[in-house]
Amino acid sequence: MNAAITPCSEAELQDVVKEAASQSAPFRISGGGTRANIGQPVAGQTLSTNALSGVDLYDPGALTLVVGAGTSIQDIEDTLAGEQQMLAFEPMDHRSLLGTNGAPTIGGVVAGNVSGPRRLQAGACRDALLGVRFVDGRGRQLKSGGRVMKNVTGLDLARLMCGAFGTLGVLSQVALKVLPRPERAATLVIDNLADAATVKVFCKALSTPFEVSGAASIDGRAYLRLEGLDVQVGDRLTRLREYLDEGGEVIDGDAHHALWRNIRDVRHFADTGGSIWRVSVKPTDAPRLLTTVQRELDAKTSLDWGGGLVWIQVPQETSESAAGVIRSAIGQGHATLIRASTELRQKTPVFQPESARLTKISTQLRAQFDPHNILNPGLMAA
Amino acid sequence: MSSIEMPEPDARVLGNRDAILKALAEALPADGLITDPHQTLAYECDALTAYRCPPLAVILPATTEEVSQALKICHQLGVKVVPRGAGTSLAGGSLATADSVIIGTSRLRDTIEVNYPDRYIRVQTGVTNLSVTQSVENDGFFYAPDPSSQLACAIAGNIAMNSGGAHCLKYGVTTNNLLGVTLVLADGEVVELGGAHMDAPGLDMLALICGSEGQLGIVTEATLRILPKPEGARPVLIGFDDAETAGECVAQIIKSGVLPVAIEYMDRLCIQVVEDFTAVGYPLCEALLIVEVEGSEAEIAVQIERIEKIALALDPREFRVSQSLEQSELIWKGRKSAFGAMGRLNDYLCLDGTVPVSALPLTLRRIGELAQEHQMEVANVFHAGDGNMHPLILYNANLEGDFERAEQLGAAILKLCVEVGGCLTGEHGVGIEKRDLMYEQFSPDDLEAMMQVKDVFDPDWMLNPAKVFPLNASAARRSLIATQGAAK
Repeated sequence: MNAAITPCSEAELQDVVKEAASQSAPFRISGGGTRANIGQPVAGQTLSTNALSGVDLYDPGALTLVVGAGTSIQDIEDTLAGEQQMLAFEPMDHRSLLGTNGAPTIGGVVAGNVSGPRRLQAGACRDALLGVRFVDGRGRQLKSGGRVMKNVTGLDLARLMCGAFGTLGVLSQVALKVLPRPERAATLVIDNLADAATVKVFCKALSTPFEVSGAASIDGRAYLRLEGLDVQVGDRLTRLREYLDEGGEVIDGDAHHALWRNIRDVRHFADTGGSIWRVSVKPTDAPRLLTTVQRELDAKTSLDWGGGLVWIQVPQETSESAAGVIRSAIGQGHATLIRASTELRQKTPVFQPESARLTKISTQLRAQFDPHNILNPGLMAA
Repeated sequence: MSSIEMPEPDARVLGNRDAILKALAEALPADGLITDPHQTLAYECDALTAYRCPPLAVILPATTEEVSQALKICHQLGVKVVPRGAGTSLAGGSLATADSVIIGTSRLRDTIEVNYPDRYIRVQTGVTNLSVTQSVENDGFFYAPDPSSQLACAIAGNIAMNSGGAHCLKYGVTTNNLLGVTLVLADGEVVELGGAHMDAPGLDMLALICGSEGQLGIVTEATLRILPKPEGARPVLIGFDDAETAGECVAQIIKSGVLPVAIEYMDRLCIQVVEDFTAVGYPLCEALLIVEVEGSEAEIAVQIERIEKIALALDPREFRVSQSLEQSELIWKGRKSAFGAMGRLNDYLCLDGTVPVSALPLTLRRIGELAQEHQMEVANVFHAGDGNMHPLILYNANLEGDFERAEQLGAAILKLCVEVGGCLTGEHGVGIEKRDLMYEQFSPDDLEAMMQVKDVFDPDWMLNPAKVFPLNASAARRSLIATQGAAK
């Protein structure tokens, strides 16, 4: 593996990208490297944002955090914990699922729009994103958005960067909305539900005013998380349990924290073989998808986001045919091959193929920001 | 009276008027096309009434297919298109040019699907913001963004301007509540972005469309996230003797872990005018906060207790908790009628800059000083929780030069917002109003990058001309198109 280029400032980053642009020399952009094998395989010199780190501004009274893209998630969480605040979108840590090492960075989280169970109630990473600074493939230092919560000044390039996996620009700084950390959290666990019944329970629970902040299901156990003020959580738990009328036990305390970290990181599929798909669907379409993949691929499944996020673990034997089976079983939504061998990723579109016109627009957008095709080239290609 | 320039109309298009109208009439139903100059006059302005210009024609399609047809024809004939929702833009976002046609959404009024298990509603975008909540509220749901103009404004315009409202401190703005759209591109092709699922694949074009002010396409249908209604809500009034303390109170409440759904701010001038108009019983003071919390009775009580503790430590002039539904309604009635009340008294220019919450006191002080320097009066009523300010600059339209002075003060205030770390517009959009101030916030490269995105969606620069981007920044692109058009 070639040595990484690690610019220490935006100016250095800009120089490095300009130089590469002039030679059409491609980069693999990397933060902590914990998500390096997501996407179509990319060849190129590693460009690390690790040295662009540190808190540039933290204004707890305005719920605003501005940090260098290379800042580790751990550092951010420690900083926020000092003021009893948090990243509300609960970014997933991909290390156990993907078998990677290193320290996840906020740049990687934003580039992948990485969100966890609380996405359901508090929004995704892209919803918390207030602004970015980045260097595009022309070597321009650009910014979009800012550090305030309401902003419609010009086109929203910040959110366009979020989920673009570095193919439009190298993030140097991000501004995020943060939220107060809940005083108390507890989870209602309901056992022995079939998939269809689970999604029904989720839909019912999510239609209550109790602000359920997590709704996940693994191995026939459904988990419904409530968070908030002390009095709120106790009261809501009792009422939610009564309303659902499915019984169930309550988990809280330290075990609770570990439970949701494991759900967030899809730990239940960490030590499995085969490939892993992440599918975003209309929640009530999930049961049909689960039935299909369990039957046709012999796959294992779990649910998050109240049924809106489906994780599928496909055994080695059926991995080759999984893309076709999964994608044709999705109603509204899309499937991403999140973990697979390089060979499988080379012959399978990792991201859901788009319509011809949207593919054309995506290609043209990339050509505007990265005309020399040097930023993670081909990573998101169909 | 007007100091914002608009480009010269394209003589070739004006000369081709009859052929253009004929082509439109052949392709579109008669009740969806207005060409009579007396009738197009009704569309000569939006809520920024100082700027007026009737379009060549107004097209009011009832289906996505009709929008697509209309755009195809305009694309072929090189006619500019101004998308229009309900025409409530305060930024001139739907101001026509003499060589353009307006495509309005007022006949796109269908609710296509309400889905409670998956918690979304799909509507045609001509429906009003309030009607979305009205169609689901009997079943215990609501649509969160609630701009002050919600009775009139259309979802199309909400998407174009990424509208917010009073309750977005907790629930976010339009972009956080929009799941999918049907978008008609400049050449008439129809694409679907997002849907009923929670995240879109590929590049986040949905985010790009939301807040793009009609620069990239026309949104004809939208899938919106609906939420279960909270069990209850209660506002609290807190009056302070100065803006600094009120600002401190806002920051402390937010830091305390209580996240109110709304924190609204009014200054003395505004309170006075509102009281004269509605007599809702606001205490007269320098800075009034309306803080609203939600939940069950027990939850509301706990939150109010905490807010009270914070507020009382800051020695407020008044701390009053609403005791009944009627009182709550009165409190909000005052806030929601503030703009109307102000309008009865004066003409006003409503600004929309956003600043970091921590910079609110400084910004308010500087606005006061700037107003004095410009010898004008400014009333402040705004969403304090998210720093979205709405200074109202009062002027007299009948007084020669007064509007221009108001515009100058407005520009100075918006520059101030950027200076303290904020932005030119939080929810009204750039339109024509803030177009030429964009250099205050963005570098030429930043603007060029945005214009390159427009190039992808609207290569001929036919959609919503002369908005968002400073005229001199877009000049090369616009003149290139004019030359090419002439050569066609």
